Amino acid sequence: MFKRSDQDNRPPVQIFVDGAAVAAREGDTVSAALLASGRDVRRATAVSGAPRLPYCMMGVCFDCLVTIDGVGNRQGCLVPVAEGMQIEIQKSKREINR
Amino acid sequence: MSAAPKRDSYDVVVIGAGPAGLAAAANAAEAGLSTLLLDENAGPGGQVWRAIASTPVRERDHLGADYWAGADLVDAVHASGAEIIQRATVWSLDRHLDIGISVGGASAFVKARRVILATGALERPFPIPGWTLPGVMTAGAAQTMLKSSALVPDGRTVIAGQGPLLWLLAAQILRLGGRVDRILDTTERRNYLAALPHAFAFLTSPFFAKGLALMREVRAKVPVVSGLSELAAAGDGQLASVSYVAGGRRETILSDLLLLHQGVVPNVNLAMAAGIEHRWDDRQLCWSPVLDQNGNSSVEGIAIAGDGAGIGGAAAAVLRGRIAARAAADALAPAAAARFAPMSTIRASLAQAERGRAFLDTLFRPAPQFRIPSGDTIVCRCEEVTSQDILDAVAIGATGPNQLKAYRRAGMGPCQGRLCGLTVTELMGQARGKSPQEIGYYRIRAPVKPITLAELASIPKTEADIKAVVRG
Repeated sequence: MFKRSDQDNRPPVQIFVDGAAVAAREGDTVSAALLASGRDVRRATAVSGAPRLPYCMMGVCFDCLVTIDGVGNRQGCLVPVAEGMQIEIQKSKREINR
Repeated sequence: MSAAPKRDSYDVVVIGAGPAGLAAAANAAEAGLSTLLLDENAGPGGQVWRAIASTPVRERDHLGADYWAGADLVDAVHASGAEIIQRATVWSLDRHLDIGISVGGASAFVKARRVILATGALERPFPIPGWTLPGVMTAGAAQTMLKSSALVPDGRTVIAGQGPLLWLLAAQILRLGGRVDRILDTTERRNYLAALPHAFAFLTSPFFAKGLALMREVRAKVPVVSGLSELAAAGDGQLASVSYVAGGRRETILSDLLLLHQGVVPNVNLAMAAGIEHRWDDRQLCWSPVLDQNGNSSVEGIAIAGDGAGIGGAAAAVLRGRIAARAAADALAPAAAARFAPMSTIRASLAQAERGRAFLDTLFRPAPQFRIPSGDTIVCRCEEVTSQDILDAVAIGATGPNQLKAYRRAGMGPCQGRLCGLTVTELMGQARGKSPQEIGYYRIRAPVKPITLAELASIPKTEADIKAVVRG
């Protein structure tokens, strides 16, 4: 859906998406890194389980909700990636304590 | 940069580091006022100058001169002595000018003598069938990824809607080597006639030449279909096709990515939560705060600058930020304020920057069928409430957006009405034969962004606070 421009020479940052290593770039938000990864990163909504991807990328729509380092319902479009970050794609409702 | 505020009170707290917030914070600090600038993003710039300090796009022409125009203001705010906190979530503001902030997982309150809200705009909801499918995004979303990560569309890409941003985005995608297969223009033909009385001001504004050049650049490379009367996205769990009707002919094209845009509207949640009076703006079809000529709102001590005060664009936002800062300095540090440009000069520049806006608003007034959906089209994305669900609720007695919450939970999801509120107001107004002003809006309350209990629990407490709730 998206590709990286040749102009981009930022250093790589390794994150993990549901346990699999993904190469992001320094300064990517979690959502941008997920969309650039080419993986199926669709979450499932809490209400009906319908698949969704980020919609606004600017912090207003909450369709980018994702679990980051064990904390659920984070807005992936507002959080920059960090080396070793553990991302989990949320499938339906959030669990207690996460 | 993501540290907690250094003090517990400031002369001026500016919320939002886009064009208006940067200008306001720089000017307030230059006047010697203790100034705190709070922003949600990783770096300053807001949406229009997003990632200006970090963009991986190295070819400056690819983003355009209007983008780089923000660099001086970012330098100015850094030189001004204002305290800047990025990645700060402002989740509460009240009439006592107490501001609830979360930074790095911990919350705190700061107090201000004056607050300048510069929360900017968000894209108007575009509730067509299939707009919740993966593969459908806003044009602004694609532009954000382009600016901050140099990411461009790769698959079969359709851009649909209307307004200046749509053409700018298409041009930027093409310059960076991305793909745009088709542009679907939803501008209503009758709007051209309606906008005619405002044409002179527009033709003599900078918008005109820029817009014309962008449209020429894009049209040379991408087929454009105008006069859309219907638009829908379809697919099974993922966008597969876009269908539309133009000139009475229906067409369906295969697509991997659909980017939607029909203008921007003020981001009102924090202002509304503070109790600031808003009115329905019939020209811009949105809620706008009631302000005096200095940007002062109905709540004493809170001013609003930038697109959050009504859509005016980046150049106007900078000037509104300067006006709000100047007004704060006049009140809090009159001797220092006297050294700055007089208010009348800034106001004259603002009038100049706002030239052509009436034309754009009239020409790009979104058509009713793209604002007010019908049938099983989703209105509230969070709670998955359809247009028909809302009409059914009206039929059994729901009178306005707040009653609707009890019937269908519309507006009660994490986005707190940002993506459905305008649609709900207009839809219920139409169903009940009332104006949007009469129908009203959701009652917005703090926290305006979700925060965890741990963040709340981390708020510093005095001995007296603890004694008030602990027994024995």
